[in-house]
Amino acid sequence: MSTTLLDRYATARKALADNWANGPIWVKLPIVLALISFCFYLPYLNILPFAQIRTDLGAGGTDWSSVLFLIVIYMIAAVGLNVVIGLAGLLDLGYVGFYALGAYSVALFGSPSSPVTEAIARKFDLSEGWAVPFAACIPIAIAFALVAGVILGAPTLRLRGDYLAIVTMGFGEIIRIILRNSEFTGGPSGVIGIPKPPGPEQDGRDYFNSLDVHRWYWLALIVLILLMFAVRRLEHSRVGRSWLAIREDEDAAAIMGVPAFKFKLWAFAIGAALGAIAGLLFASKQGVVEPNGFRLNLSFLFVAMVVIGGSGNMVGVLIGAFLITYLPERFRGFEQWRPFAFGVALVAVMVLRPQGLVPNRRRAKEFEDRRHEAKEAAADV
Amino acid sequence: MDFTSLIDNLGSHTVDGLTKGAIYALVALGYTLVYGVLRLINFAHSEVFMVGTWTVFGVYAVFNATAASGVGTVILATSVALIAATLASAGTALAVERIAYRPLRKKNAPPLIFLITAIGCSLVLVELFGHVFRQFFGPPFGRALVSIPTLIDTKVLFTVGGVSITNIQLIVIFGAVLMMVLLDLFVNYSRLGRGVRAVAQDPDTAALMGVNQDRVIMLVFVLGGAMAGVAAMLYTLRYDITKFDIGFLIGVKAFTAAVLGGIGNLRGALVGGLLLGVVEVYSSTLFSSNWEDVTAFVVLIAVLMFRPTGILGESLGKARA
Amino acid sequence: MSELSLEKQTNATPDDEVVLEVDQVTLKFGGVVALNGVDFHIRRGEILGLIGPNGAGKTTCFNAMTGVYAPTSGNIRFLGKQVSGRQSHQITRMGIARTFQNIRLFPEMSALENVLVGCDARHKTSVLGALFRAYRVRPKPEELPEITGTGLTRAQSRLRRATAKVFGVSRHTLEERAGRKKAMELLRFVGIADRANDLARNLPYGYQRRLEIARAMATEPQLLCLDEPAAGFNPAEKESLMALIRRIRDRGLTVLLIEHDMKLVMGVTDRIVVLEFGQKIAEGLPSEVASNPKVIAAYLGEPDDAASA
Repeated sequence: MSTTLLDRYATARKALADNWANGPIWVKLPIVLALISFCFYLPYLNILPFAQIRTDLGAGGTDWSSVLFLIVIYMIAAVGLNVVIGLAGLLDLGYVGFYALGAYSVALFGSPSSPVTEAIARKFDLSEGWAVPFAACIPIAIAFALVAGVILGAPTLRLRGDYLAIVTMGFGEIIRIILRNSEFTGGPSGVIGIPKPPGPEQDGRDYFNSLDVHRWYWLALIVLILLMFAVRRLEHSRVGRSWLAIREDEDAAAIMGVPAFKFKLWAFAIGAALGAIAGLLFASKQGVVEPNGFRLNLSFLFVAMVVIGGSGNMVGVLIGAFLITYLPERFRGFEQWRPFAFGVALVAVMVLRPQGLVPNRRRAKEFEDRRHEAKEAAADV
Repeated sequence: MDFTSLIDNLGSHTVDGLTKGAIYALVALGYTLVYGVLRLINFAHSEVFMVGTWTVFGVYAVFNATAASGVGTVILATSVALIAATLASAGTALAVERIAYRPLRKKNAPPLIFLITAIGCSLVLVELFGHVFRQFFGPPFGRALVSIPTLIDTKVLFTVGGVSITNIQLIVIFGAVLMMVLLDLFVNYSRLGRGVRAVAQDPDTAALMGVNQDRVIMLVFVLGGAMAGVAAMLYTLRYDITKFDIGFLIGVKAFTAAVLGGIGNLRGALVGGLLLGVVEVYSSTLFSSNWEDVTAFVVLIAVLMFRPTGILGESLGKARA
Repeated sequence: MSELSLEKQTNATPDDEVVLEVDQVTLKFGGVVALNGVDFHIRRGEILGLIGPNGAGKTTCFNAMTGVYAPTSGNIRFLGKQVSGRQSHQITRMGIARTFQNIRLFPEMSALENVLVGCDARHKTSVLGALFRAYRVRPKPEELPEITGTGLTRAQSRLRRATAKVFGVSRHTLEERAGRKKAMELLRFVGIADRANDLARNLPYGYQRRLEIARAMATEPQLLCLDEPAAGFNPAEKESLMALIRRIRDRGLTVLLIEHDMKLVMGVTDRIVVLEFGQKIAEGLPSEVASNPKVIAAYLGEPDDAASA
C-alpha cells in the first residue's frame, strides 16, 4: 500500500517536473511571477478556506507573519546548506555555527550595549551608545562567515566525507561553547539591543518594528529570492559543473584540471555566508541573541530540510524548509513532539525515498540505477 | 592556566583521567567495530549508551535499591543491572541496524544517507526518553537530570606514591580492560570473530567464501552495543546520573577516542580512550571546566589533520584487530 | 600490418623539440621498487608507445607523470619545467592530459558536460565572475551568437546578437558558448556526438572510452597520454581507434600510448619504450623493438602478442 502510494507520487512528480522543464518561457515566467506575488500576499491571506493555513486562527496560535518570517529565514539557511551538501556533496553538520556567527556579528558590532562595541567606544573615545550601523554589519557578518568557512574548511576539506561531518559538528559546538563562556560575547545571557534595518518612519514608528512583522517577512523574502538567483547562477556555470564533477569523482576531476580543493572551499564559504545572512536577519528581528539559541539540534534541522526535500534541488530544499518549520507551528500541541517527529521523518524518508521528496533530476536517476545494481547483484548471488 | 594545581595532583588527575578514558574506550569499541566492517560512522551509537544508563536506573528502581540497601540487594541489583544494560544496549543497537541501516544497504544507498538516517535514529531515541515516555509514564522521563542511587560508596582502597585509588576507579578501569581483552580474544580466536575479520577485509570475497554478511553485521552491532551497555553500567557507578541527552557528548568523545587510536582498530580504541580521558582531565585543570568539552573536539580536529589514521592505524582486518 | 607506413611516419616528425623528459625516475612504495631509473623522452608530434608485460610499471609511470605520485628520485620535465611537486590540476594546465585504464568518467553527467569539465581547465571564470558576470568582453565577430540553430526564434537571436555587439558579453557567457561549441566539435571528432546528451553511465562501453579521449583533449593538452584505450575492444574497434589516434596526432598533439595489444602499438606508434619490472629494457623503432631478443623474452609469457609482433 505504502509503496503504491509512493510510486504514484513519484510518477506524478516526475511528469510535472518533465512538463516544467520542457515548458516554454512565456508559460513559466508568468507562473513564477504569480507564485512570487502570492508569497508577498501571504501575510494578508484571509479568504476561507485558504486562510486555514494561517497559524494564528485558534487561541494561542503563533503570529502568522512571524511564522512566515521564520520559514523564509530557514529557507535561506537551507539554500545555503544545499550548496554545501547538495551541490558539492560535503556533509556539514556544524552549519548552525555559521548561523550563530551571522547573528552574533550583528549583535556584537551593532548593539550599543554589547561588550565589543563598548570596548571599541572606550578605546577610541567615541560617544556613549555608539555602534556600527546595521548596513555595515552585513559585510562584517559575511566576512566573518567567509573567514570562518575558510579556516574550518582549509584543514578539513581534505578529509573523507564522514570525518568531515563529525569535524564540522565539533566546530558547531565549539562556536556555541565559546559564545557561552566568553566575556566578549556576553556569556550565557547573550546580547540585547540588536539594531534593525533602516527605513522610512511610518505611523511614528520605525519601518521595521516588532509589530509590523510582515515587513520583516517581505525583507527576508526579497533576500531569499536574490540569493536563490545568485546560487542558480553559480549552479549553471563552470563552478556548478566543477562541484558536480568533484562530487562524482574527485581525483578524476582534479586530473581534468578542476582545482578541487579551491572549489570545495568556495562551496563551504558560500554556504557559510548564506547561513550568516540568515542568522543576521533572524537576530536583527529578535533584537536579542543568546548562545542556547544555537544548539546543535538546529544543525540537524537544517540538514533535515535539505535532505528531506531532496538535496541538490532548490525547489525540494524550499519545500523541506517549509514543511519542517511550518507544520509544528500550525499544529501547536505538536511543538514538543517536533524533534521526535524530525527523527521519525528523517528515518522514514531516507529508508523509503532516499533521494528526498523532490529530488534533483540527476539524483533521482542515480538512486534508481543504484537500486537496480543492488538488485542485479542480489540476483547474481 | 593553573599549572601548580595540575603538577601538584598529577597522579590523581591521571587516575581520574584513566577512569574517564576507560568508559570512552568501551563506547569507542562500538564505533570502531561498526566502522571496521561497514565503513560507516554509527551516529546513533551514543544513544545506545544512553539507553544503557536508563536501564540501570530502571533496574535499581525495580529492586528498590538505594544507598541504604543491604549487601545482598546491592550485589543482586548491580549484577542484574549489568546484564540488563548490556542486553538493552545490544538490543537497541540491533534495532537501529534492522530499522535504519539494513533497508539502505539493500538499496545500495550512498554513505551520506546512512549518516542522515543515523542522525534520525539518534533524535528518535533521545526524544523517546526526553519527551515521549514522559507523555506516557511521567517523570523521571523528560528533560531533567536524573540521579541514580549510589549503591557502592566511594572508598579509598590504597595509596600509591601519594595517589589514592578508590574502589570505583579500580572497578571501572579493570572492568573496561577486562571487556576489551574478552572482545579482543573473541574477534581474534573464535569462528564468529574470524567471520567479522573476513568481512572487514573484503566483504565480497567473504560472502563468496560462505560468510553470512548480514549475520556478521548483526553480530558487530550486538557486540558494540553490549560494550556500550557495560560502559553505561560503569558510568552510572562513577557518576550516579543520567539524562536524555547524555549520549551526545560521550558519543563525540568516544568517537574521538576511536579516531585517535585509529578507527577500525580495537586496541586503538583502548589507547585512544585512555589518552583522551587523561588529556581532558589535564586540560580542564589547566583552563577551566567550562572548556572541558572543547578539548575532545580540538583533539579530534588535530588528529584528523595531522594523522587521520590514528595512533595505531586503521583497519579491523589488517592490524589483527 | 601497417609497417609499410612506419618509415614515413617517423620522418614526418619535423622538429625534434623534446616535449616530455623522463629522467632517471625511480619510484618506491615502501620496499617495493615500482620504477627503477626509467629514462626516456617524447618529441613533439610523435606517437610514443609505452609497452611491457602486466605489472611492468606502465601505469605507475603514467601516474608519476600526471602528478598522482611523486618520484622518489629523478626528474620529470615537461617543456623544460619540473612536473613533480605540482598538483594534478596544475599539471593538466601545463598541457598534459590523460585517460584512465579503468574508465573514470563523471557517470551522472551527460557526455557533453563531461567534455565541458575538460574545457573548463582553460576557462577563467571565477566564482565571483560566475556570480556577478560583470567582467564584460567585446566578442570577436566569430564569437557572436549564431542566428540559426540556437533553438530560439530568429528575432530573439538577432536581439541577442545586437545586445552582444553593443554591451559586450560576460566572460562567463563567452566561455560557456565557446566551451559548448568546442565540446560538440570534440564529440564529433571522436565520433560520439549522437549521444551528447546521454548520461555518461548510460553510454555503451566503446563510447565511454572515446568520451574519455574527448574529455582529455578538451583540456587543450600538448601531450595526450592514453592508458590502454583499446582494452576490451574487438579488432574492428581497434582499427578505428588506431585511425583516431593518428587523427589526434594530425591535430598537432603529441601522444603517449600505453597499450597491451602489440599489434595496435606496432601499427600506430613512431617509437616504442619497453618496460619490464620497472626498468626500461628497450627503446627504438617498432621494427627494432619487435626483433629485440630481450623484448621477446619479456613477452614470452604472452605468445600471441609475441607472435603477432
